Amino acid sequence: MPDQAVSSNAIVPGKPNRLVTESTVVRIALIAIAAAFLVLFLILPLVAVFQQALVKGLNAYFDSFADEDAQAAIKLSLYVTAIAVPFNLVFGLAASWSIAKFEFTGKSFLLTLIDIPFSVSPVVSGLIFILLFGAQGYFAPLLRTLDLQIVFATPGIVLATIFVTLPLVARQLIPLMQEQGVGDEEAALTLGASGLYTFVTVTLPNIKWGLLYSVLLCNARALGEFGAVSVVSGHIRGLTDTIPLHVEILYNEYNFVGAFAVASLLAGLALVTLAVKSLLEWLYADDLAASAGH
Amino acid sequence: MPMISQQARGTDVIPALKPTTVTIDRISKTFKGASVLEDISLDIKAGELIALLGPSGSGKTTLLRIIAGLEFPDGGRVEFGGMDATGLSVQKRKVGFVFQHYALFKHLTIAGNIAYGLNARPRAERPSKSEINRRVEALLDLIKLSNFADRYPSQLSGGQRQRVALARALAVEPRVLLLDEPFGALDAQVRKDLRRWLRDIHIRTGQTTIFVTHDQDEALELSDRVAILHAGHLEQVGTPNDVQEHPASIPVLKFLGDSCELQAHSINGQAFIGNSKLPVAAQNVKDGPVRLFVRPWQFELVAPEAGHIQANIKSGYRSQGLSHLSVASDNGQIFTVDTARPVSCQENERIGLQITGGHSFPA
Repeated sequence: MPDQAVSSNAIVPGKPNRLVTESTVVRIALIAIAAAFLVLFLILPLVAVFQQALVKGLNAYFDSFADEDAQAAIKLSLYVTAIAVPFNLVFGLAASWSIAKFEFTGKSFLLTLIDIPFSVSPVVSGLIFILLFGAQGYFAPLLRTLDLQIVFATPGIVLATIFVTLPLVARQLIPLMQEQGVGDEEAALTLGASGLYTFVTVTLPNIKWGLLYSVLLCNARALGEFGAVSVVSGHIRGLTDTIPLHVEILYNEYNFVGAFAVASLLAGLALVTLAVKSLLEWLYADDLAASAGH
Repeated sequence: MPMISQQARGTDVIPALKPTTVTIDRISKTFKGASVLEDISLDIKAGELIALLGPSGSGKTTLLRIIAGLEFPDGGRVEFGGMDATGLSVQKRKVGFVFQHYALFKHLTIAGNIAYGLNARPRAERPSKSEINRRVEALLDLIKLSNFADRYPSQLSGGQRQRVALARALAVEPRVLLLDEPFGALDAQVRKDLRRWLRDIHIRTGQTTIFVTHDQDEALELSDRVAILHAGHLEQVGTPNDVQEHPASIPVLKFLGDSCELQAHSINGQAFIGNSKLPVAAQNVKDGPVRLFVRPWQFELVAPEAGHIQANIKSGYRSQGLSHLSVASDNGQIFTVDTARPVSCQENERIGLQITGGHSFPA
């Protein structure tokens, strides 16, 4: 909160105040520990991914992507993400809007429901879909009559991805919308605006940054989802392998360069996501502060 | 704050709409089982500037929101110009609403904010672009912010934001203007300027205006009539003079300013302390003890052992031509006395107090 920043600045004008800061030794030690953790758990693995991917040179690296199965995996992942992210965007908007702006019974129950995908292990989520749509599942007879294949096929992967990423947008937007309250919307309504016009011209602009963040996160999470997808995909090479599944297969086949090369795609995506996020923050710092401010 | 210029008066920024009456008929409202408004009836005249005055929790804001259509009553009716509006949505009521915290759209410029209500209309009812621009410019001129058209709300001071909020509400030509604690978030000087300015705007537009405030000064200065609410009840409606001179109930009296309560009794419609007759009527009160309320300025300092009450000065100070004394009466009560006379304010100085006015209520 900006207010807190101001008040702490007031206590510590310019240089550190002895009364409120630790001694130099403690400060250096704490910073060193934090830095060590960062290097060990974030930077080293990231460097390792690219180092392993490039260990046999650039040609071997790019050959990994020329492989048909690798291309199929990339295509499938993009396809699944292209469905899951818009779906979650719409769901997240609808859920956060109704939860944050309206009072109704069962609200906290709905909040708990939205959190379930975060609290359940992805493997369990995957198994649930097998239980429902698998060959011995509850809906198996129905699916047989309709000649629909859900598990071990793309629809199952889409379902599992949507399920696992379901809370991301809603969870990001609910606190934001709750803090903003309904004052702006009420103002628009008193000015004669319809509900839809109010949503598009007042509610959406107020949450655009939070929405963009959550879509970026959702996108990264959808592309990288492993657990639930692993259960429902059936690992059919060239058909139901997504990028993370393909990495696992290559790794198990001792094709380390291939595994790390494909993995570097995901790592690269993470870096790009971070860069875009930082760029947005830098470009629109004023807007972000304003929307957080009141 | 600049006064409204004479030239501006001639323009048709706010077309001379026929002012609307507002009738509130036996409105009641409960929130989660707690009663917020009980059986409120109030007739607001066309073109009147009326204040809904009361402490926080008195239900005044809820009543305003019910008039606007932002809340719906559990019982009773709201009428605009004699037509039932109880079931109308907020959009259809065509009210202008000014919020305490402005509620300006921060992603729109000042001009964009003012034009919002016009742009929001369905295509068939929407004025042309040039007409909208013309109206926005005229309103910007009215609120003296013509140079701020392209700024954003975050670049404006609180007082400027509230002026924009008012212009935005006026842009849609509302039938009734509603203001919820419009000056509540502003500092004292800006508040005074805006009050005068709101009064000017009201004189110019002649619109029926209802505003909510907890500041009795604001209500008494601005309004034609004051409606005083207390704990969900409408205690009294009257002109500022009415409510001050004839407060209908103890909550009204207490809310309109300091007072001290003294033991008195009534005989034949007249208040007495001991054997001395007070210049205070005790009408509609049975003979016997009454609750007498005296304002700080309704005492006169007299020689010790004279007057109605004997007291000692505890402390005092002078400010703006008045001596404010804290005194302790002989029966142990401590209260404030204001007098224009310079008093030395010596501690434990003995004084007599003559009561020159007050209000009595049944005990």
